[in-house]
Amino acid sequence: MTAETADSTAIPAKAGPSLGLLRLAEAVSIPVGALLVSAVLFALFLLAIGKDPIQFYQLIWTGGFGSSFSIQNSLQRAAPLILTGLAFAIPARIGLTMIGGEGALVLGGFSAAAIAIPLVSNAVPVPLTLFVMALTAVVSGGLWVGFTGWLKYARGVNETIASLLMSYIAIAIMNFFVEGALRDPASANKPSTMPIGDAYRVGAIPGTEVHWGFAAGVVLALLLWVLMSRTTFGFAARMTGGNLRAARAQGLPVGWLMVVCCAIAGACAGLAGFFEVAAIHGQANASLVAGYGFTGILVAFLARQNPLAVIPVAILFGALAAAGGVIQRRMGMPDATILVLQGMMFVVLLVSETFYGRLKLFQPRATGERT
Amino acid sequence: MDNALVTVLIAMLGGAIRVSTPFMFVALGETLTEKSGRINLGLEGNLVLGAMVAYAVSYLSGNAWLGVLAAGGSGLCLGALHGYICKLPRVNDIAVGIAMMSFGTGLAFFFGKPFIQPSAPRLDAIPLGDWTGNPALAQALQVNPLFFVGIALAVFMFWAFRNTRWGLIVRMTGDSAASAKAMGVSVDLVRFLATAAGGFLAGIGGAFLSLYYPGSWNQGLSSGQGLMAVALVIFARWDPIKCIFAALLFGAAGALGPSLQSIGISQGYYFFNAAPYILTLIIMIISAGSKASARDVPGELSITK
Repeated sequence: MTAETADSTAIPAKAGPSLGLLRLAEAVSIPVGALLVSAVLFALFLLAIGKDPIQFYQLIWTGGFGSSFSIQNSLQRAAPLILTGLAFAIPARIGLTMIGGEGALVLGGFSAAAIAIPLVSNAVPVPLTLFVMALTAVVSGGLWVGFTGWLKYARGVNETIASLLMSYIAIAIMNFFVEGALRDPASANKPSTMPIGDAYRVGAIPGTEVHWGFAAGVVLALLLWVLMSRTTFGFAARMTGGNLRAARAQGLPVGWLMVVCCAIAGACAGLAGFFEVAAIHGQANASLVAGYGFTGILVAFLARQNPLAVIPVAILFGALAAAGGVIQRRMGMPDATILVLQGMMFVVLLVSETFYGRLKLFQPRATGERT
Repeated sequence: MDNALVTVLIAMLGGAIRVSTPFMFVALGETLTEKSGRINLGLEGNLVLGAMVAYAVSYLSGNAWLGVLAAGGSGLCLGALHGYICKLPRVNDIAVGIAMMSFGTGLAFFFGKPFIQPSAPRLDAIPLGDWTGNPALAQALQVNPLFFVGIALAVFMFWAFRNTRWGLIVRMTGDSAASAKAMGVSVDLVRFLATAAGGFLAGIGGAFLSLYYPGSWNQGLSSGQGLMAVALVIFARWDPIKCIFAALLFGAAGALGPSLQSIGISQGYYFFNAAPYILTLIIMIISAGSKASARDVPGELSITK
């Protein structure tokens, strides 16, 4: 990061576009190129199994962006993806590969639904109830992932494996209570907690059908962008991610930074769980385990861990999810189709990482006095 | 009470033998890959895809062993893809593992949809416990041949790592890429082959899941066993023989819930479902800080840094 600013001042202006601009062009074109390549590969895959790729992409367009209804549906589904995308992106900036977003989402949603039960039955005012629910979700998610970060710092436990294990444990905790102590007797086929009731639901943003989770995600993404790129905290975190030893030598509180970044991540995912419960399902059950946490990883990778870029990428994947149902019905394809497409995108995207700094187009023309 | 305890212990013994086999294959595959200096976190994907392919091929061909072979083949393909991508510069093997996990499971769910309903020919077990005259024990000692294949493989790998030229090359590549290069060994090729072979083994582990125990194909078949097996390798300190014991331990932990259920304790069933994950986590916490683990880790591996 520091090298970047030093270079852009060192290179004379006549040498074509500035280095910052070239870097931006590179950071946008390579992921977009990867998306296009994976779209072509997926089209070949569809041809190979005898489906019509043109119809497929048309359906994605109409199902995701074709009408005002589908746009709102896409935004609605983008809401948890923004938050889980942030949950991967923030620890990634400090060099941690945390894939525990799914667990923090489930735990956040479940704990919010659980704390709502006494509040709702005692008729506590709606705003207070929702505030307590959101707070519970944020705190439980934050502690959950923060603990994984602490394990990494204090014991050197590999955070990728540990965070995924913690996800399975979170899902087991929810199942334990949902099938047992907190089960709503009325939920016969799909064990669930007591519904919070329509009066306690989070509503839609005025003039739309999109719930407030989307707005919360956008605001959080903006705030976290400021935090990570405009504050001392963010600078210290990025420095730790760039070179752990140098950060230690500088006397940065590396462990504290790691735990805080992970706690922020968990809080984001927990908040996503809160909105899933309070705005969509109205109760906690297996529907919370919808894979938003895992799609969030892909979102963050595509956004190159930039909190601002997470927003448009999450909308794109929200649209994919929204179109999934239409594709299932119209083309008779299984619901895992989107999973295959996402997996392909993920693989191609990682392959594209190899092109950074190696495409001539994005290199400054006058190399000048590089040291 | 004594009787109940014996029942639980026998059920856990049988469970350990049954549940441990997929762990064993994935862990052995991962050991081979990690010995060469690379991590494949995506073996969960191989496991799930292997399970689906094995079930489908067994159903379509009528031969369960053909299914096992096909599962290995599908794992080989995923492993080879992983190995090829990781050899490109600037590509992070952990991230590729996450991607392969989602790609493998996605493919398995996509193609596996038509095979959830039909029932395919399973693998037969070898009844080893008939002489005991105790039906519970006899049932626990119904052992699948793949269990013995896994043990034989572990012994072979243990021997080969120490005593063969290939074993030495793999270990050298994993400990120091620079010295491997100096010896004229192609580091990329060794790691590619080790990752592909590791993927093959993980695929076979998947075949065991769908063709023997639990013995059917559905989307919730694995739920993290491939990942736990990867964690288990660190615990087993990259030693194939220790992998066997670690796999048995995990199998016993996984069998705890169903065993307690067999004597009527169904309370907390979902809690016991979490036992293997919690055990893995505790084991990771213990082994992460240990000096012995730091001594045995292949030098080129980024997992413990």
